[in-house]
Amino acid sequence: MSMSNLDIYMPILMLLLLGVLLVGITVVLISKVVRPHNPNPVKEQAYECGEDPVGSAWSLFNMRFYVTGLIFIIFDVESALMFPVVAVFKSMNEIGLGGLVLIELIIFITILVAGLAYCWRKGDLDWVKSYKMSEDSKEGTGIEND
Amino acid sequence: MTDTIVSYLAKFGPFKDLLEFLTESYGANGPTLFAFLIFLVGVIIIVTILSTIGGLGTYAERKISADMQLRMGPNRVGPYGILQFLADGVKMLMKEDIVPKDVDRLLFFIAPMLALTGVFGTLAVIPFSSGFTLTDLNVGVVYLIGISSLVGLAIFLGGYASNSKWSMLGGMRGASQIISYEIPIVLSILAVVLLSGGLSFGVITRAQGGWPHEWFIFHNPFTFIGFFVLFIGSLAETNRAPFDLPEAESELVSGYHTEFTGMRFAFFALAEYIEVFVVCGVTAALFLGGYQVPFNLGGDTIWGQLLQLGAFFSKTLALYYFVIVIRWTLPRLRVDQLMTMCWKYLIPIALFNLVGAGVWMWLFKGKSLFVLLFKSGTAAAGIH
Repeated sequence: MSMSNLDIYMPILMLLLLGVLLVGITVVLISKVVRPHNPNPVKEQAYECGEDPVGSAWSLFNMRFYVTGLIFIIFDVESALMFPVVAVFKSMNEIGLGGLVLIELIIFITILVAGLAYCWRKGDLDWVKSYKMSEDSKEGTGIEND
Repeated sequence: MTDTIVSYLAKFGPFKDLLEFLTESYGANGPTLFAFLIFLVGVIIIVTILSTIGGLGTYAERKISADMQLRMGPNRVGPYGILQFLADGVKMLMKEDIVPKDVDRLLFFIAPMLALTGVFGTLAVIPFSSGFTLTDLNVGVVYLIGISSLVGLAIFLGGYASNSKWSMLGGMRGASQIISYEIPIVLSILAVVLLSGGLSFGVITRAQGGWPHEWFIFHNPFTFIGFFVLFIGSLAETNRAPFDLPEAESELVSGYHTEFTGMRFAFFALAEYIEVFVVCGVTAALFLGGYQVPFNLGGDTIWGQLLQLGAFFSKTLALYYFVIVIRWTLPRLRVDQLMTMCWKYLIPIALFNLVGAGVWMWLFKGKSLFVLLFKSGTAAAGIH
């Protein structure tokens, strides 16, 4: 049986819709019928172990998460670029061109590793930057230590 | 051509008749209607079974942890307490739905939805057996990695929308952990794609065999290490201990779902337990031969299909058991240890594995370690 191109994506659409509907219907409709509803001001506070919450949680946040995200984007894009290369590797290997593909792959990975080594040397892979690292960068930029 | 459960079933008697009947009645729309009906039934079956497995996962978790700590575990509801998850479900359904005053209401509503949607989306390409794969997309692996990252988004949104400091910390940790560990996972999957020469789960599974020496885990030393990289990465990706920092209950109360009550919390928990099953199934399909049965017993007959399902589920559930045992054995990592583990150990190892697997394929023309040893053994025996 031949299937049209769109038919093979049908179950994905169904599963995604089912996920949305299951949560939507249960939370909005079914659970609403059986659950109690008596809010009060204390219940509506954010939970902070019994203390009154001070300020909003949407505040400035640790810079480390941003750096991690930045390094991730580079690696993720590059690993996405490797997918088509490794997918054809086996058939290219069978007609004797495996070495060529392999050399291209190794060049690509070498660049990737160079980037990783740079981040490592700069201390961006350490969650807590060591004191020596920050001293080095201060010397480089000419900022005096107070 | 992409294999689906529809094109598989259309080869057999009653389904063929149904297809012909629908084509006669509705003309060109017949095959699409037929596909719609089969997919609908398949989707409902898979979601029902996987939700039950997710529920039983919570039971198994409590029972195994009780076993390891010399306790009884749940034993009141049903025989051996096996219906505990249904009782928990009813209880959560009847809990008050508390929405704190300061939350972002839209995101607060969407977050559990995204978690469940992301997990359900991955079920479309899981190869349960050669026939019972909803749709075997030719980009299956890429699709799986893409759609499963919706769960990471859900965890971050859940933490952000709550406007609570515990949730925010948990959500931030979850986001950074999930994106970091995605890289070693992708790199070890790339090594498997390199060996099998295709991105669909069907191609990858068929490139392996029923016996352990035909599995990709024992194909060469690099894939053997790659299996463990993928497994550790999967533990982190699903927020399982020792990588459960986003919901670290002893430091962050409950992490990203601190403010979620009742059914919203239940859907987060359900999504987590189904996701553990999914990553175990993917690991089994990529490295442990998936649905392949020894002696080529798994054929197109109903018994062959049942044997294949048995092989897939036994491999997956063995990994599931292992995941639970790890949770109750190892202590939690610190955040800096977590990042060191990923960026300084797993990623360099995974890159080395990828190059190593490529060189192995090129040098030995794609032969596995077992074949090489066996061949050299027979050659040596022939000389003497």
